[in-house]
Amino acid sequence: MSEKKPQLIQGNEACVKAAIAAGIKFFAGYPITPSSEIAEGLAEELPKVSGRFIQMEDEIASMGAIIGGSLAGAKSMTATSGPGFSLKQENLGFAAMAEVPCVVVNVQRGGPSTGAPTLPSQGDMMQAKWGTHGDHPAIALCPASVRETFDLTVRAINLSEKYRTPVVLLIDEVIGHMRENVVLPTQDELEIVERKKPAKDLDNYLPYKADDDMIPPMANYGEGYLFHVTGLSHDETGFPDLKNPDVIGGLTERLVNKVEDNKDDIVEYSTENLDDAEVVIVAYGSAARTAATAMDQAREKGIKTGLITLKTIWPFPEEILTDLLKDVKTVVVPEMNLGQIKGEIKNCINLSQNIVGVNRVDGELITPAEILEAIVKEES
Amino acid sequence: MAVHLRKYLRLNKLPHIWCPGCGHGIILNSLIRAIDEVGLDQEKTVVVSGIGCSSRATGYLNFNTLHTTHGRAMAFATGVKLGNPDLNVIVLSGDGDSAAIGGNHLIHAARRNIDITTVVFNNNIYGMTSGQYSPLTPKGAYGTTAPYGNVDQAFDLCDLMISSGASYVGRGATYHAKQLTTLITSALDHKGFSFVEGISQCPTYYGRRNNLKTAVDMLQWQKDVTIKKKAAEKLSPEEQQEKIMIGELHKVADRPEYVEEYEKVIEKVSKKEGTTG
Ligand SMILES: Cc1ncc(C[n+]2csc(CCOP(=O)(O)OP(=O)(O)O)c2C)c(N)n1
Ligand code: SF4
Repeated sequence: MSEKKPQLIQGNEACVKAAIAAGIKFFAGYPITPSSEIAEGLAEELPKVSGRFIQMEDEIASMGAIIGGSLAGAKSMTATSGPGFSLKQENLGFAAMAEVPCVVVNVQRGGPSTGAPTLPSQGDMMQAKWGTHGDHPAIALCPASVRETFDLTVRAINLSEKYRTPVVLLIDEVIGHMRENVVLPTQDELEIVERKKPAKDLDNYLPYKADDDMIPPMANYGEGYLFHVTGLSHDETGFPDLKNPDVIGGLTERLVNKVEDNKDDIVEYSTENLDDAEVVIVAYGSAARTAATAMDQAREKGIKTGLITLKTIWPFPEEILTDLLKDVKTVVVPEMNLGQIKGEIKNCINLSQNIVGVNRVDGELITPAEILEAIVKEES
Repeated sequence: MAVHLRKYLRLNKLPHIWCPGCGHGIILNSLIRAIDEVGLDQEKTVVVSGIGCSSRATGYLNFNTLHTTHGRAMAFATGVKLGNPDLNVIVLSGDGDSAAIGGNHLIHAARRNIDITTVVFNNNIYGMTSGQYSPLTPKGAYGTTAPYGNVDQAFDLCDLMISSGASYVGRGATYHAKQLTTLITSALDHKGFSFVEGISQCPTYYGRRNNLKTAVDMLQWQKDVTIKKKAAEKLSPEEQQEKIMIGELHKVADRPEYVEEYEKVIEKVSKKEGTTG
């Protein structure tokens, strides 16, 4: 990997560099604005590391293909935006059910439907959690800068391999297309996670018998273990058992709990100026950058304002936010949607505390002035 | 069944759930005989299916098996092959699974000529969801969603595969089980996208509604209506219309195979990278 010097790159390019650095060996995708640079970048980079790229016939196929690629042993990912993310949902559920590590990047654009292709949005937050049918685990990360796009791409790949589950990276169009001067870590500074392998006992391998950490070791196809993978509810052998409620319920709960019970390991966030804060902005993605400016401006006006930036959106850090927000008078949540995450934060405060959303769904960025105005209004 | 073939089956998963008289077991039998004939390495073979009665076959097969979502087996299989090209990849699918919801994936796999062997269990109906018409239900035939006779035109999947670029295409029938085995054997031996349609019988949902009450009636129908390719060529176009052609319908050896073409890209890029340091 290149020596450490600043380079002027886009968020989407940082995602490509991170994917290669974290060991992605297979990408299947279908072009869609504003995510296409990720497919284009990986089409160029993957063959250089003996990896493979394919442009599939649609997003459903791409999602199916990366599941197949991952089962065959290649770390796999795809990238898309709004309408494509909708198409991926059925097979995303399959990956969750069959515990196949893979990463889906969603560079969000305005929706619903084909919406506003070239304009920024944070409208898919809830879809990342509830998009596929049934109760299922969800891990979703959300970068606020080009450097963070690199870091969280590596992290998404690592988490997917560690927890054997699909991980969604929610970039917004601003971050995906913004160019920043960044210094990336060298390969040896990165921690790369590999999937946990079974002990070499070919005849007694139970592909879905979880260890104490709730995660079953994973064999790849072709390594000698002959096992069955299905999207049907299954027991430890991997075969469907629809007669036993304990098996069906136990599996669904384990899948969800292997993520929910490991929040300590999965959740990442940062805080600024919380010590004396009476107003706290909770933000993520590009809105978090605007929020930082608004926080400084509010402080200049003498309003004690702090900022919490969420990098992990799902699993939602409810306990952490409940604790961090307990003495705060007002919580401000700027989002490029109509309040998807505000609803979650509402569960973290009590009735005597105010919560206000600053929302835009017109394809325009939220400005610091808008956030400041909301703060001043609440404080006056 | 020959004793040595038992290793290809998960005997503890038998008996299967297919109805008495269903043709799907006959295709499964042909498949494992063909796998044995070709001598595929069991550990290096992945069998992928979609959803439907046909697609339950992966549960009975003692290989690396993958039972995917409805219609998407081909997409998953493409990923398996590209994730590790050393694996032999076989797709098993129903007529609804492969031609309706999965039609797009099927034609694109054929277009790429990727080295996957596909066997479609064509019973002309949706079995698992109990008898709705499929894209292969003949015009005029009855189904639960075609109570007055099917209005849709049926696909000829083999024609579709030939024009999409599949480099091996054959059609067999459960009545002609030996020939079906030969066709699947040739398909597995073939480098590139190979496709075999196996005409199967669903007495439970297709037969009962279409005046073919038993499995025997349905097999008799197969016997009457199928014709070997050579014999068919002697018939007039009108006479051919009445018949279903079986046998090896198409084979080309010189179409580039997808994975090999991609390997050339890897080689080219690594050479270039090598010279520029
Ligand atoms: C997305 C989706 N749509 C519909 C279904 C319901 N479904 C299950 S099997 C099937 C049809 C299967 O028919 P075919 O492929 O002909 O196979 P057969 O059962 O006849 O062998 C359908 C429609 C499903 N499982 N998933
Ligand atoms: S419903 Fe038809 S296709 Fe399905 S198992 Fe029964 S006979 Fe076979």
